[in-house]
Amino acid sequence: MFEKILIANRGEIALRVLRACRELGIKTVVVHSTADTEAKYVKLADESVCIGPPSSAQSYLNIPAIISAAEVTDSQAIHPGYGFLSENADFAERVESSGFAFIGPRAETIRLMGDKVSAKDAMKAAGVPCVPGSEGALPDDPKEIVKIARSIGYPVIIKAAGGGGGRGMRVVHTEAALINAVTMTRSEAGAAFGNPTVYMEKFLENPRHVEIQVLADQTGVAVYLGERDCSMQRRHQKVIEEAPAPGISRRLIARVGDACVAACKRIKYRGAGTFEFLYENGEFYFIEMNTRVQVEHPVTELVTGVDIVQAQIRVAAGEKMWLKQRDLEPKGHAIECRINAEDPFKFTPSPGKITNWHAPGGPGVRVDSHVYTGYTVPPHYDSMIGKLITCGDTREQAIRRMRIALSETMVDGIKTNIPLHQDLLLDERFMQGGTSIHYLEEKLAAKGK
Amino acid sequence: MDLRKLKTLIDLVQNSGISELEISEGEEKIRIAKHLTAAAPTTVMMGAPAMAPLAAAPVAAAPAAAPAENALPDGHVVTAPMVGTFYRSGSPGNPPFVEMGQAVKEGDTLCILEAMKLMNEIEADASGTIKAILVENGQPVEFGQPLFVIG
Repeated sequence: MFEKILIANRGEIALRVLRACRELGIKTVVVHSTADTEAKYVKLADESVCIGPPSSAQSYLNIPAIISAAEVTDSQAIHPGYGFLSENADFAERVESSGFAFIGPRAETIRLMGDKVSAKDAMKAAGVPCVPGSEGALPDDPKEIVKIARSIGYPVIIKAAGGGGGRGMRVVHTEAALINAVTMTRSEAGAAFGNPTVYMEKFLENPRHVEIQVLADQTGVAVYLGERDCSMQRRHQKVIEEAPAPGISRRLIARVGDACVAACKRIKYRGAGTFEFLYENGEFYFIEMNTRVQVEHPVTELVTGVDIVQAQIRVAAGEKMWLKQRDLEPKGHAIECRINAEDPFKFTPSPGKITNWHAPGGPGVRVDSHVYTGYTVPPHYDSMIGKLITCGDTREQAIRRMRIALSETMVDGIKTNIPLHQDLLLDERFMQGGTSIHYLEEKLAAKGK
Repeated sequence: MDLRKLKTLIDLVQNSGISELEISEGEEKIRIAKHLTAAAPTTVMMGAPAMAPLAAAPVAAAPAAAPAENALPDGHVVTAPMVGTFYRSGSPGNPPFVEMGQAVKEGDTLCILEAMKLMNEIEADASGTIKAILVENGQPVEFGQPLFVIG
């Protein structure tokens, strides 16, 4: 087991990894920018190293600074968290060639899954169902492009191979708009990702976002830890997540879960990962894989009893898979609300000093947050200040507990999206369950009228 | 090392004429240095397990416990532009780039910061005289850490 781990991230996930390390008896080093020097979670670490000024590019994305910090502290492994460098294959490669363990998959795997075209190819070869689409990148010839779109059937969506997470996409409803859309998406992709390659998929009108959590050790043994439903989204950003996904049969989940496990074995996946799917009419369609721990991992932890961050560390340290698939059936239900420092209905960011913070508590309530009274939310990073997670024996109980927890939570001094969550937790369609990925935006648009 | 023992040591240094105390216990080592202008002794933890409530100082931010180096002298503070290991000279055995009292011009090399096996020369961003050298040879430094004072 590692003696010392460097946490290359900030905020709530840095605190989460820190807690996992402390429980395992591992010493912690937290790197931070000057904007985070005074944060309490930084002071909780055994050691901390300031790696740069507030700008992410010069700090949390600064590969030499982070590796240098690992060197001067004699760390043995680096945990990248989520976001920042966690899915940067070059970073993973440089970490390992500098003699440190990277707590995540191998660099080649990150590279394979980072390119959305090669990821789809790998999944198809492994028997994971994919959205019907162009077999690989779109050719240049417009006549060919039109042919492909006709065989898929409108509406279609043009996606950038180097994109992902909702970026670099365009929906096309009619043939007349097709070639123009392809050209525009190509040039945007070239500018944003340095890679103009695009591909085409069938656009599903009312899908749900259902993802499968996997964990694989270094000997090729993998398990899936059930599914999460993350359909409540705004502009491709998840707002509420839950496990298990309401109204989907365990048999269907097992079938897609087994396919994901087979894919892990095929690509020699290592560590924790998530296969993201669109689910419509009883069918799963693979869209992309996230080769890191995800923001919403707590809902899976609460229904399976598995500490996913500790599992990442144990697997990276060489431990053989200790979990058995038959023991991983979800028990009860868990819901997570992402708390953001933003106007609840205009969504404008609201950084600043939290003059009073009071967290909820009680049975079935979990708060994952690095903030406290007097903490200043810096303007340089994303607006998430914490996650409120509740669980219960049933989905109804988890919902009731979440309403109570939201009502107890106090965040004075900045605006948060708690009023939006309170609204959603009383929404009739949400309470029924199974809303599509468009539901929240449709609801917000209707509200605006 | 438990907190009560630590508190006793801190009080001991505070209330006595001792300016610096270093104790090793097995694998743990504690150094407590009293700065005459500070209200309380600063505590430097090296190799001890998590002692978070006592505000463990970042490992690289500990100034050298040289006798009677009180508040920073007046002048321009040169800070580390990166994380690395601080060296006074270009290679072991060579004389240091600068000494106390030496006159320097803007652009003169003051020290080396080594990171990822690369030696980076750190240049003076002001002209004047070296009034203070705040880091020991071979000590790790973090971004923004004060290295020299040029007055």
